[in-house]
Amino acid sequence: MTAYLLRRLSLTLVTLVGITLMTFLVMRLAPGGLTAGATDLSARVSAHEQRKKFVALYDLDKPWYVQYGSWLKRLSRLDFGRSFKDDRPVIEKIGERLPNTLLLNVLSLGLIFVVAVPLGILAAVKQNTFWDRAVSVFVFVGFSVPTFWLALMLMILFGVRLAWLPLSGLHALNADELSFVSYWMDTGKHLLLPVFISAFTGLAGLSRFVRNGLLEVIRQDYIRTARAKGLSESRVIGRHALRNALIPVITILGLSLPDLIGGGFIFETIFAFPGMGRLGFDAIMARDFPVVMGVGTIAAVLTLAGNLVADLAYAVVDPRIRLAGKR
Amino acid sequence: MGCGRDPVPEPALSSIESLPVTGDTYVEASLGDPSRLNPLLASDSASGSVNGYLFNGLVKYNRDLKLVGDLAESWEVLQGGLEIIFKLRKNVRWHDGVPFTAQDVVFTYERLIDPNVLTPYGSDFNLVKSVVAVDAHTVRVEYKEPFAPALESWGMGIIPKHVFQNGAFNTHPANRAPVGTGPYRFVELKTDEKAVLVANPDYFEGRPFIDRVVIRVIPDSSVQFLELRNQSIDFMGLRPDQYMAYDSFFQNHKKFRYPSFSYTFFGFNLKRDLFKDIRVRRALGMALDKREIIDGVLLGFGRSATGPFPPSSLAFDPAVEDVPFDPAQSKNLLAEIGWRDTNGDGILDRDGKPFSFTVITNQGNKIREQTALILQAHLARIGVRVDVRVLEWSSFIHDFVDKGNFDAIILGWNLGRDPDQYLIWHSSQQGEGRYNFVGYNNPTADRLWEEGRRTFDPKERRNIYRQLHRIVAQDMPYIFLYYPDSLPTVHNRFQNVLVAPAGIGWNFREWFVPQQLQRYRLAR
Repeated sequence: MTAYLLRRLSLTLVTLVGITLMTFLVMRLAPGGLTAGATDLSARVSAHEQRKKFVALYDLDKPWYVQYGSWLKRLSRLDFGRSFKDDRPVIEKIGERLPNTLLLNVLSLGLIFVVAVPLGILAAVKQNTFWDRAVSVFVFVGFSVPTFWLALMLMILFGVRLAWLPLSGLHALNADELSFVSYWMDTGKHLLLPVFISAFTGLAGLSRFVRNGLLEVIRQDYIRTARAKGLSESRVIGRHALRNALIPVITILGLSLPDLIGGGFIFETIFAFPGMGRLGFDAIMARDFPVVMGVGTIAAVLTLAGNLVADLAYAVVDPRIRLAGKR
Repeated sequence: MGCGRDPVPEPALSSIESLPVTGDTYVEASLGDPSRLNPLLASDSASGSVNGYLFNGLVKYNRDLKLVGDLAESWEVLQGGLEIIFKLRKNVRWHDGVPFTAQDVVFTYERLIDPNVLTPYGSDFNLVKSVVAVDAHTVRVEYKEPFAPALESWGMGIIPKHVFQNGAFNTHPANRAPVGTGPYRFVELKTDEKAVLVANPDYFEGRPFIDRVVIRVIPDSSVQFLELRNQSIDFMGLRPDQYMAYDSFFQNHKKFRYPSFSYTFFGFNLKRDLFKDIRVRRALGMALDKREIIDGVLLGFGRSATGPFPPSSLAFDPAVEDVPFDPAQSKNLLAEIGWRDTNGDGILDRDGKPFSFTVITNQGNKIREQTALILQAHLARIGVRVDVRVLEWSSFIHDFVDKGNFDAIILGWNLGRDPDQYLIWHSSQQGEGRYNFVGYNNPTADRLWEEGRRTFDPKERRNIYRQLHRIVAQDMPYIFLYYPDSLPTVHNRFQNVLVAPAGIGWNFREWFVPQQLQRYRLAR
């Protein structure tokens, strides 16, 4: 087990360096260069002069391998550098965004599970009936509907017409003055629409997996046996079939880890949500290299860590994987 | 309404209007995130508008766009502009209580010309020979040569020496926790969320009435509009289509409309053979129905542009005529110089080469993209093929504009109040990253741009720039398309919101909300 762990760990490290190198190269090869956030030219401002100073000051005129080398060196001291945009430490910027994005995505992933699994079961059990088709239509509508449009429509309905929910942002203006309970009530209200929309648009994948997994399992002999024993249908499905059908779902969970930390740009822009998606996207658009590299690295580390844990978990349960190296 | 007596009792509001009271919060929406709250380092409009509440320059523009004293009480221009002496106000304190002195002005200047300081505003101060504090409240600025925009350039926000003298300037913590002299003090800044400011009780012109200013970052304009409808923001800049929305959207807001200090243009790369002949540029200009462009992309909220100065500038020459819309004449003109459709494919050609070129513009500005498409259709009618290429901003600027790597371009200029546009038009301003990227070169105009910078007398200056308006319009390095309108909207509980040539907001300090209409209470 220790050997397996070590082997996996060293592989992960190599992968990580590879990912950062690729990110760095892609950013370098991209056309364009440093720009301020504004997309207007002003007759009295010579942004070019500012950029030239900037490039010299931050060694951006050095060859890429020199820059990458010094970036790696700083990273080894866990120093991600400072954002070109506002000079704040990259790690601090990520630190304030990551919890927001995690909160949103954990909630929405939770909601997806709670809704998609029963939907998948329903569709499988009632295969090729009205219910199956209704579920298909429902989840595919969610999958296909443009997020920004749905978001705006729901904002108009719940935010403007009914005035039940706030429209955008994560906190009310007076959030700092609220008591603990009302603070979280307020945050919850702000989260309701984003969580719902991100869950609704993400239902399709998981519910289909559950449906197909279950359909496959249902045809197996041991299910027939279970039925033949005279077990009730709910016991057959719930106890025997579902357990095995849900194993691939664990894989999906592992695959959705990057989504958990990535955040979505369009989504976060619509809701004025201070999350990772906007941070990364804006940084790419402004060629804010330290932030791009920071976001890329943190996301890579978390993803790789997630994969590692998933693999280890597999190894724990499945001796075939654990012992593969010993042959 | 006349001034006769009204038998019906007036609503209570009018009696209160004359009695300003303090209180309430003004919530502004911003598309961008204010990132650097230091007037020397901020180059984005989001930071700029926050800095406007926090800092003062030595001078400022008043409601009629005249320069008046701000931190300077008065000034004298001596030796034909080689020397300016500013007398500073004596009762000004920084937000941390330290008195403001001439040393702060000298310090600000030194940072502006410091090669290690990441400021884009240095070019205005290149001609300065020295800035000396004569005494605590007098500053003498000497110039190498007379520079008329100099006065305006001293509208640059002055920063506190005692805060910045220790530590690295570009990365100083005060860039995100600013100390200024302005009507509002800094409270907090949350990246991509909001900036919060609170009234400065010791402001030298008197405490502003509005207690608190919050700038909320809402990066989507449609969402801003919904927030406006919900009254959760009090101010936003509207798009033309939003301005035209149902009245129900504006039950609680007043809309304003006035010309902005900017224009959008269709520029030619004059180094390309295709555009060297003025007759070609003129013909292309005549093929454009600018009215249709303005009605189409701005829904009419703009004016056809005749030259490089907007109508509200003193440099605008009303006698300069617009390029007439005349496709038939345009075709004749092109035929005269050999552009004919000889192979019948609908596209003009000469020496076997079709008349076609690519126009570039930047992504993320729908109005420019739409302008490009309409223009493409108009030019197709006279047999000119235009390809439109929309480019992401960073690569647009770096790889195309800065390097002069384009046939034609659609872009806009934000203009200063001073008419000097030397950086855009003077022939010396070509080369990578400079603003004369179309390669305009007219010795007469060059001389006038230089003269305009040397001349202080307002009348003479006006003459010079009006000539320039005419010359540049005739030379047609750009087809000047339109001056768009500014379309701001403000919640109607705010009183004293007055439109002037300077727009709205010039008297923000005097805005107030009557007691019973106040929406926010400040926790104390």
